[in-house]
Amino acid sequence: MIRLVALRLLFGVLTLWAASAMIFGGTELLPGDLATAVLQNSATPENLAEMRSKLGLDRPPLVRYGEWLGRAAHGDLGVSLSNDRDVVEEISPRLWNTFLLALFAALIAVPLSICMGVLAAIYQGGIFDRAVNVITLLTISVPEYLIGYILVKYLSVQYDLFPSLANVSADTGFGDRLWLTFLPMVTLVLVVVAHMMRMTRASVLSIMASPYIEMAILKGVSKPRIVVLHALPNALAPIISVVALNLAYLITGVVVVEAVFVYPGLGQLMVDAVSKHDLPVVQGCGLIFAGAFILLNMIADVLAIMSNPRLRRPR
Amino acid sequence: MIGLLIITVNLVGALGAPVLAPFPEAEIVGDAWAEPSPAFWMGLDNLGRDIFSRLLFGARMSIGLSLMITALSFTIGIITGFAAAIAKGWVDTLLSRLVDLMLAMPTLIFAFVVLSALGTDLAVMVVTLAILDGVKVFRVARALAMNISALEYVEVARLRGEGLWWIITREVLPNAMLPLIAEFGLRFTFAFLFVAALSFLGLGVQPPAADWGSMVRDYRDVIALDVPAPLFPAAAIALMTIGVNFVVDWLAQINTRGLGDAK
Repeated sequence: MIRLVALRLLFGVLTLWAASAMIFGGTELLPGDLATAVLQNSATPENLAEMRSKLGLDRPPLVRYGEWLGRAAHGDLGVSLSNDRDVVEEISPRLWNTFLLALFAALIAVPLSICMGVLAAIYQGGIFDRAVNVITLLTISVPEYLIGYILVKYLSVQYDLFPSLANVSADTGFGDRLWLTFLPMVTLVLVVVAHMMRMTRASVLSIMASPYIEMAILKGVSKPRIVVLHALPNALAPIISVVALNLAYLITGVVVVEAVFVYPGLGQLMVDAVSKHDLPVVQGCGLIFAGAFILLNMIADVLAIMSNPRLRRPR
Repeated sequence: MIGLLIITVNLVGALGAPVLAPFPEAEIVGDAWAEPSPAFWMGLDNLGRDIFSRLLFGARMSIGLSLMITALSFTIGIITGFAAAIAKGWVDTLLSRLVDLMLAMPTLIFAFVVLSALGTDLAVMVVTLAILDGVKVFRVARALAMNISALEYVEVARLRGEGLWWIITREVLPNAMLPLIAEFGLRFTFAFLFVAALSFLGLGVQPPAADWGSMVRDYRDVIALDVPAPLFPAAAIALMTIGVNFVVDWLAQINTRGLGDAK
């Protein structure tokens, strides 16, 4: 098992490295170069050359990539091109906001979807199962912003229950923060619950077809007991990986939801930076998003290996 | 069947926009944010343009772009996927590892990085999304071709001395058609939602052109004033996706159970 886990960790590190190379390489695709992009119309040959040496563009890309990676590893992501602020300072409060929102959503979505999935599996074919099936099929196909705006229209405009803008700042208290981020959180939950719940149901049901479940039925064990004690532990690996996959999805889904509720998170920062061609900020945000995504996928695989006795002791 | 109906309505709306739309796309026909009325079914937008007409014209952009992306990603994905499965050896290993790497990274973030460097140009967006999507098609195409190329008739073709191209187009492709069509629907919804999301974030279709995503973006501020305008394009996006998903489910059923059982 240790070998499998170690291999998986190694692959994770390799992926992260490849992601960094692609993020750096992607921004190198820029027609012309960074200096012309920064100076735009005010570019004269002299200040272009000056800007190039200031940004270090006069050296080969591989050298610059090495330096960039080295500095990024030390927590230095460079300086924003649009307002000359340190990228790390720019990112950190927003990263915290995004992290809190995603955590808030995950804390509610994960237990909710697993409970619903198990319940739907227990009462397979019943009213609850069918109702949940239809609802989740709808929320899977619906884009985040439609859910967001419907929530805003009914819960905040019509009945004025929750604020429609999640304009938190650094000194917003914890209670206020929960209150302000309630609608974005619900939107995210609705988007990810559907998938997780369906997968939980499907994996529990697939286990229900195995011989030892039949044995338990013949012994006269009650249905809820079979599902929870016999089927669920064996369905754990696929459930864990689908949970992690959806949490990884949360990370990118958060970008759109932040835009709907004007939430000052990392996603908004990245979108702004993309439209302003602020490459250091794009690179920094990209690294963080990709890192979180890869990390979650890695954790999922490691947990899946550890929850499976056959993988735990490979022959 | 409902799915096919939704898709047909959408396609007719998109293709027939110039005929069906009561007003030209950019004409100002009344006051800004006029309420829905018999003349203007969905009301007027921020400049006083008819939202229903704009929705019909926006359908061309949304559906057309997604179709282009999906067609391109299938061309890339199927050719490389089939080639990898049939050629085997180092070609397969190399392509598969590369695809594994690409799949281990978030698509949206990647699209952001490329768009930030190359700018929000439609051609750039189409090619970027097609490549990102083609990676997923590769996986499916390779798995399909792996199964099919293990069958006797492919072996016979190989013994006959047919080339790679012949085997791909004449032996493998016709037998992989049905699952690939279902996959096409799935990838189409993905591309469709992706384009809409990018436009919604202001990084996709740029004004004066409009697709459904950018319409949601243009109208989003008035939701707080209780004007339902942004809900129409957003609902159109959802409806189209649901329609395609229904058809995909139906195709998947035919695929597993045969035509007779699927209704």
